[in-house]
Amino acid sequence: MKWSEFFVTGEPLIYAADVSIVLTAIGIVFVLTYFKKWKWLWNEWLTTVDHKKIGVMYIISAVLMLFRGGVDALLMRAQLTVPNMKFLDSQHYNEIFTTHGTIMIIFMAMPFIIGLMNIVVPLQIGARDVAYPYLNALSFWLFFVGAMLFNIAFVIGGSPDAGWTSYFPLASKEFSPGVGNNYYAVALQISGIGTLMTGINFLVTILKMRAPGMTLMRMPMFTWTILITCVIIIFAFPVFTVALALMTFDRLFDTQFFTMANGGMSMLWANLFWIWGHPEVYIVVLPAFGIFSEVVSTFARKRLFGYKAMVFSIVGIAFLSFLVWVHHFFTMGAGAAVNSFFSITTMAIAIPTGVKIFNWLFTLRKGKIRFTTAMLWSLAFIPNFVIGGVTGVMLAMAAADYQYHNSYFLIAHFHYVLIAGTVFACFAGLHYWYPKMFGHILNERLGKWTFWLFMIGFNICFFPMYFLGLMGMTRRMYTYSAGLGWTPLNVVATVGAALMGIGFIVLCYNIYYSARYGERDMTGDPWDGRTLEWATSSPVAHYNFAIIPEVTDLDAYWVMKKTGKGLEIDEEKLKPIHMPSNSGRPFLISIAFFFAGFGLVFEWYTMAIIATIFIILGLILRSFDDDDGYYISVDEIKRTERLARKGA
Amino acid sequence: MAEVAHHYDEKMPLEYRTEESRLNILGFWIFLGAEVALFATLFATYLVLFQRTGHGPTAMELFKVKEVMIETLLLLTSSFTCGLAIHEMRRNRLKGLLTWLIITLLLGAGFITFEIREFIDYVHEGATIQTSAFLSSFFVLVGTHGAHVSLGIGWMILIIIQLLQRGFTPRTARKVFIVSLYWHFLDVVWIFIFTLVYLTGMVI
Repeated sequence: MKWSEFFVTGEPLIYAADVSIVLTAIGIVFVLTYFKKWKWLWNEWLTTVDHKKIGVMYIISAVLMLFRGGVDALLMRAQLTVPNMKFLDSQHYNEIFTTHGTIMIIFMAMPFIIGLMNIVVPLQIGARDVAYPYLNALSFWLFFVGAMLFNIAFVIGGSPDAGWTSYFPLASKEFSPGVGNNYYAVALQISGIGTLMTGINFLVTILKMRAPGMTLMRMPMFTWTILITCVIIIFAFPVFTVALALMTFDRLFDTQFFTMANGGMSMLWANLFWIWGHPEVYIVVLPAFGIFSEVVSTFARKRLFGYKAMVFSIVGIAFLSFLVWVHHFFTMGAGAAVNSFFSITTMAIAIPTGVKIFNWLFTLRKGKIRFTTAMLWSLAFIPNFVIGGVTGVMLAMAAADYQYHNSYFLIAHFHYVLIAGTVFACFAGLHYWYPKMFGHILNERLGKWTFWLFMIGFNICFFPMYFLGLMGMTRRMYTYSAGLGWTPLNVVATVGAALMGIGFIVLCYNIYYSARYGERDMTGDPWDGRTLEWATSSPVAHYNFAIIPEVTDLDAYWVMKKTGKGLEIDEEKLKPIHMPSNSGRPFLISIAFFFAGFGLVFEWYTMAIIATIFIILGLILRSFDDDDGYYISVDEIKRTERLARKGA
Repeated sequence: MAEVAHHYDEKMPLEYRTEESRLNILGFWIFLGAEVALFATLFATYLVLFQRTGHGPTAMELFKVKEVMIETLLLLTSSFTCGLAIHEMRRNRLKGLLTWLIITLLLGAGFITFEIREFIDYVHEGATIQTSAFLSSFFVLVGTHGAHVSLGIGWMILIIIQLLQRGFTPRTARKVFIVSLYWHFLDVVWIFIFTLVYLTGMVI
């Protein structure tokens, strides 16, 4: 392979990216060296097994990926603003919509959610950590190196360009000969392994590590949604693992799974992809429902309306999520009976979802509503998500879908559910739980600016796309001619996208501003919260709870505040707390995964094999590791607790 | 894991005594649930593709009863000996445990040897993983199972070394128990492969 093939060449945008990547890397190394922070980085972050720090790293990565995916989106909107635009050529456009979709789902939405669940779930159930802290670190680093591997594609070797769904035969070696789709297959595989392990980890954590008295039906709603999400992850992700492995075999070893000759069946890919892909949608949206439930209940100062109905509807949605995958390709020709079945199951999902919408509305009814930033995101979610949901039911009608399929109507629909559902929830959750992560509150004024800019921009951007779709504009077209009459609506959409971009910049500024000037949260309970995470100090002590709380009812902390029981710490009752030791191995194993993946992408098998040997070595070392962790002494707990309480 | 060392329960079998062990065993059961989904997908792929033989041989032309029967007997027996190993562990006999584990391991290695020979035979007959969709799905399904067994052998060797070094502890006992769960699971998968791939392939 020549160097000119190894590095992507010939595009001024790419050269600019090369320069900025090199400068950023030099900048990071310089800052770390200048401020002598290498040791800090290694001890506090790279080797940590603390669920709160891992959660923070997930969220930082997710925000970075939101930036990358957002730049992709803005590039696409720039190209589509006016007809016959010459900004991007068709190949570059293909690459950008592929990476936009993949990054936003796999490397932005999911890690953001997983980051929040890492921080919040152990706190909500009154646990001191997750079931497998070491595995948790490994999960994060596998996700991270998977994301990095995917992200370097556009400067080294070339991006995948067959869409985030990478349908065969287009994604086969025959029609996509470059290494781009190898990146897709390998990078998603690596981060997918991490996700599966997270699913197992949190399922066990929630099932086994709840505080005494917290029965399943006393769990906070966010924890409930994570429990169900974990079940979906555990049964959906192996399907993706297999699908990606078969894709890798087809591309690297010339097998015949999805080929056009020798018996291969390209439609099999579409089925396998969506058997994972549809549950995946619920993996990112069910936790969003959980976040909204917490926020709405807290800021309406009311117990969540219809708690049991909420639980049953999550379970119902999770069950149905595995039975709807064909609705992504009604037009593939499965026949009327099959399409009808999947049409009905798809529409059925609207029932439990509708139950949830009404429950949120009834929670708000007669509540003492406080319009915080987190609450604004949650309130905006309801109407926006309903627009997405209703158009979803329109798409679910198989016969009508022959008109809508792969048009901008569909684009508008899924952005309405994914942005108004997941992204709004991520922002709501970020504002809501920010004090627990960093000990200060995100500035509310700037937060509301972000909210209004982003929410209005979102509607200006995506609402016109419903009409563009009905006017015949199809997804993934890189340009169009002037006579089609699509120009005005496309201009409007681009303006909306720019507003969303500005909203994102305000959010980033807010993070910086609040770190310097933000209000410190001295109480640990800035929102008058209802669940156990607010019983801890902000930021949370690394052992979470000095004494594990006893739970007697739903909204455990609210009950504690009302009855006054369990709020004070009886220093006599303190015992040494056992904690797991840090380990650098998850990080190093993941680095080996990166090189193994890189070797596979370029079919440099020697490199892949050597890296795999390092992975196996890491696993063997882990097997012989008999580190039992360490104890935090009672004195140290007393000191920490007194310090935290002095502020209160 | 934060509370691992407490909740030590003397009444339970050794592998269940610590909280950490109980969590790990439950987690491993759930992992096996994910493995079921993984193999189910591979089986589904195989069943979709198995009559799509292209220009290559069909299942009926290819499969050989004798080798497959030997493989099956070896693996099923190894599951039984693995059960005996756990039985010895419950009776607190380290030597018996080690003996049966090593026998299990050898039977597993025998299984793998025969499987590799079977694969080489097929390749010599011109039936490679690239020949047809049927053969791609066959090699990947059966090969994934074989890779699992190989990994299990390596894993078991590590545990045997640890048993020799440390003897019975709640930790080594838990590791033996978990690897035995894994081993029995692979046996169950093989029963499905034997039925759905080989037996079905010889009649249809």
